[in-house]
Amino acid sequence: MANDISNETIDYVAILARLELTGQEREEARQDMCRMLDYIDKLNELDTSGVEPMSHAFPLQNVFREDEVTEGDGCAETLQNAPEAREDMFVVPRTFD
Amino acid sequence: MEKTELLGMSALELGAAIRSGRTTAVAAAETVLEQIERQDKNYNCYVTVDGENAVKKAGEIQKRIEAGELTGPLAGVPVALKDNLCTKGLRTTCSSRILENFVPAFSAQAVLNLEKAGAVVLGKTNMDEFAMGSTTETSYFGVTKNPENPEHVPGGSSGGSAAAVAAQECFFALGSDTGGSIRQPASYCGVVGMKPTYGTVSRYGLIAYGSSLDQIGPLTKNVEDCAAVLEVLASYDKKDSTSLKREDTDFTAALTEDVRGMRIGIPQDYFKEGLDGEVRAAVLEAAGVLKRKGAIVEEFDLSLVDYAIPAYYTIASAEASSNLERFDGIKYGFRAGGEKGLNGMYRKTRSQGFGPEVKRRIMLGSFVLSSGYYDAYYLKALRVKAMIKEAFDRAFAKYDCILGPVAPTTAPRLGDSLSDPMKMYLSDIYTISVNLAGLPGISIPCGADSRGLPIGVQLIGNCYQEKKLFKIAYTYEQSVKDEKKL
Repeated sequence: MANDISNETIDYVAILARLELTGQEREEARQDMCRMLDYIDKLNELDTSGVEPMSHAFPLQNVFREDEVTEGDGCAETLQNAPEAREDMFVVPRTFD
Repeated sequence: MEKTELLGMSALELGAAIRSGRTTAVAAAETVLEQIERQDKNYNCYVTVDGENAVKKAGEIQKRIEAGELTGPLAGVPVALKDNLCTKGLRTTCSSRILENFVPAFSAQAVLNLEKAGAVVLGKTNMDEFAMGSTTETSYFGVTKNPENPEHVPGGSSGGSAAAVAAQECFFALGSDTGGSIRQPASYCGVVGMKPTYGTVSRYGLIAYGSSLDQIGPLTKNVEDCAAVLEVLASYDKKDSTSLKREDTDFTAALTEDVRGMRIGIPQDYFKEGLDGEVRAAVLEAAGVLKRKGAIVEEFDLSLVDYAIPAYYTIASAEASSNLERFDGIKYGFRAGGEKGLNGMYRKTRSQGFGPEVKRRIMLGSFVLSSGYYDAYYLKALRVKAMIKEAFDRAFAKYDCILGPVAPTTAPRLGDSLSDPMKMYLSDIYTISVNLAGLPGISIPCGADSRGLPIGVQLIGNCYQEKKLFKIAYTYEQSVKDEKKL
């Protein structure tokens, strides 16, 4: 494989992705990533100098609107999906000691 | 009415039969629910069947039809929805463990449009987890099987929707298409599927995968149904900032048999190495049918075909890694226990909640967006995307439509694609560039291979040219019917 991603890079990407990879998963992820990047490197065959990156197929402009309440906050319905809720709030694990 | 006659009807035929009093919305819902009950254990098209509510809703709609309040073509017709479309009060899982118990507090705009037209929601169909896959094998809720041959996959990611239409477990279905996820399963299951021009159907309430590529569309038994359903789905929606204001959405007006003088281009680069011989022959025969009806059919070089998949996986994975950040175990869905800190909880929840293909794409997306690699990978892919769009622009200066295969082969056997993700990615080679360029594309059945597995032909149009596609597709469908009668 042309691309050789280090374990350090995989660990860094896993931090960005908020994923925890066990020993074997980490090695598989590393090999997957190398394979995919080898494949994506095919794009380097193309000379793209002078080509503007196109994020959208159509020219898009930002859409502004008044910030008006339409359907209310749906607090009770929203919290029904929360793994843990208390007094109209989401409960999260302790963040500071 | 006989059950087999009812189940064999198209959506429009059933709608007409309900309006004329030959059957009722309740009878239609009950009959199709019995069919699901009897046989879905063999196919697993559905993740959730909402039988009781469907019958209740059908009763209400029947009353409104009889009162003359609902007069549209889809009133009373049962529909299946891909499980990434939010449905108020009805579980929406994206076929993922992380959303196993998620019950949305609102419905997708496309679903609201269908409900307004009087369609009856039967339930939610199986899919590749978060629409990432081409076979419906990455679902947390088990694989869906191809009704034409249960040893084969139905395609994906909208595999449950395509299979449900093919197995007569609904009269039409909705899917979403990010790189071919409507057209490819439609082809594998022998049904019609369309991905409209980007922005035609509101994405509000569609759980996002690759936002710049995702588009909702119909899976139906024939071309007429497809046009009628898209007519209902298409609407400008201020809740989706990429929604288009279109005035040409009377798609059924285009259902006429006339392709005389229309210019159809066949990209030679779609017929090279990798394309199965039987698929090739069936697709070229479809072109022949249109030629006999007076279309001008020509071969040309589209170019850049081999670059669409690597550009797609870079862009779609980047967008996915960002879109899926919201699944953090706090606001909804699964939360892993046993962790004290916030970051630890995030990591455990996501690692246990997502399947391998989703994690693979989140990792790749996080990498190509990370500092130091952003320009080399992500921006490079966006530049290639611009070049692919230009290649289509050149083609549509000469042609009304591009005709080619939907997928290189017919449906693979179950399990064959999972072992080699790169092979699975290649099954989208003819559909993926359509999403990158924001174009409309339709898949229509054009035969079967020697094992009896369906083959689809794909028509690709320029932006906003759905009507041309419907006209050509309808002409093809009618001609094949006529030729069979001879």
